[in-house]
Amino acid sequence: MSSRRHSVLPGFGLSMGITITYLSLLVLLPLSTIFFRSASLGWEHFWVSATSPRVLASYRLSFGASFVAAVINAITGLLVAWVLVRYRFPGRKLIDALVDLPFALPTAVAGIALTTLYGPNGWIGRWLEAIGIKVAFTPLGVAVALTFIGLPFVVRTVQPVLQDLEREIEEAAASLGASRWQTFRRVLLPPLMPALLTGFALAFARSVGEYGSVVFISGNMPMKTEIAPLLIMTKLEQFDYPGATAIAVVMLVFSFIILLGINLLQWAGRRRAAA
Amino acid sequence: MAGSTGMRRLGKDAVAPRATTEPRWVRMTLTGLALSFLALFLLVPMVLVFYEGLRKGIEVYLAALVEPDAAAAIKLTLLTAAIAVPLNATFGVAAAWAIAKFEFRGKNLLITLIDLPFAVSPVIAGMVFILLFGAQGVFGPWLQGHDLKIVFAVPGIVIATAFVTFPFVARELIPLMQEQGPEEEEAAMVLGASGLRTFWRITLPNIKWGLLYGVILCNARAMGEFGAVSVVSGHIRGLTNTLPLHIEILYNEYNFTASFAAASILTLLALVTLAAKTAVEWRLARATAAMTVEPEGVPERRAA
Repeated sequence: MSSRRHSVLPGFGLSMGITITYLSLLVLLPLSTIFFRSASLGWEHFWVSATSPRVLASYRLSFGASFVAAVINAITGLLVAWVLVRYRFPGRKLIDALVDLPFALPTAVAGIALTTLYGPNGWIGRWLEAIGIKVAFTPLGVAVALTFIGLPFVVRTVQPVLQDLEREIEEAAASLGASRWQTFRRVLLPPLMPALLTGFALAFARSVGEYGSVVFISGNMPMKTEIAPLLIMTKLEQFDYPGATAIAVVMLVFSFIILLGINLLQWAGRRRAAA
Repeated sequence: MAGSTGMRRLGKDAVAPRATTEPRWVRMTLTGLALSFLALFLLVPMVLVFYEGLRKGIEVYLAALVEPDAAAAIKLTLLTAAIAVPLNATFGVAAAWAIAKFEFRGKNLLITLIDLPFAVSPVIAGMVFILLFGAQGVFGPWLQGHDLKIVFAVPGIVIATAFVTFPFVARELIPLMQEQGPEEEEAAMVLGASGLRTFWRITLPNIKWGLLYGVILCNARAMGEFGAVSVVSGHIRGLTNTLPLHIEILYNEYNFTASFAAASILTLLALVTLAAKTAVEWRLARATAAMTVEPEGVPERRAA
């Protein structure tokens, strides 16, 4: 507080006023209504709404498929980041830019494209169908869509850290007789871990709440391929606001926990970098 | 490129020391695997959008884009972005100014709160405004009494879009302005420039690439948002349908060609966004490199 008083720069009151007002009106007050609404439900009603079998099945699918997709993205994201940073090949910069496509492409477009692609007559779906794998309208399809959505996160968190790693430590490991794989496991992977976990958590958090890219490919069968955000949507359309609110509260609490975890991870990463 | 140690400048495989790189076949295999994954998940879906849109010929494609409902959807999408993006850009600059140029308690909490909309499912973001402004909502009766409509109308779409795109500009500018520090502005003020002049002549030129970067990302999301807008729109054709909602309706009516034709517009938008973003990233890296004295810690790319 004291250093602000000494600052010669103007506009603290104005910029802070705009920030707090806009943040409160657009984000904080609206979000808080969810908690007020659910508080007025009463504990018992809330518990029944938030844990009915159909709702539980939707959590299982949303969290399960998101977890699978985030694991796939952690592995492939590390691979892609490694290849982009360490190897040189024609078109590398173009491909580097293309990695962000899932951030830029509207989710509805991704949804219809993936559904058509992996549908029974699709370019890829038809081949998978021939060997007995159904993707569209199954939980596997949900995982495919979520893999697409989460693809950039791990690449973009790991890439800068990998770039800044000093080559000297690898040379030291090699000169001490470590194999390339040992060097990777013991020397390179540990400093990448915070970034890798952050990317994993970001992809996971994004996937759990994802709606647009999933609703087309999932088929939306209750108890089977119905994700939690879709169930909220369905309940809203039936004017079952208490039911929708209960699911939303569970998902929000979960999101806040992940957000907290990500902040802790980034804090740990910064401390490691500073050390 | 970040870092410029002598080793790395040697670059080419031929001269890289064998001990710190992989055998050729490992490199080829890893590159092949990574590229196949990216082709399968990024390139093929994108190609498919254009293929499906153009499958029945260019006339059908163009007809799908100029029919009244599509034109209305495009107009509403542009209108929504034209309101939501400037609002969030203004907020972003104000928030970054307060956070980067001054010290106060609770700063980290404020930064976390600004990121909050990213942690919320788009469906929940839309639902919040139904709970507030819907018929059974907090302000529902009052709105009805005054014959005002927010949800299932254009204002609701704009508000929900502003909510989901809220952090984009701020989270680009906050780290950038924190890195730049308040010294240049302080010098200008001490030399007698007014606050406004300092902002226009010193701050804005320093942050213009970061600001543009945030605006580009914010705009892409604003035009493409589906979940939140879907909840509050009410899906009234020609009135409250944005382009992504229009795509959904056509798709669900099995009008695939028209649906993919509309989708191809948004895919083009995504490609333009990526190109602009890459160009700005390049300028940003150069501007930051020119400004910082020590070569270390130059952010080549900002994680989105």
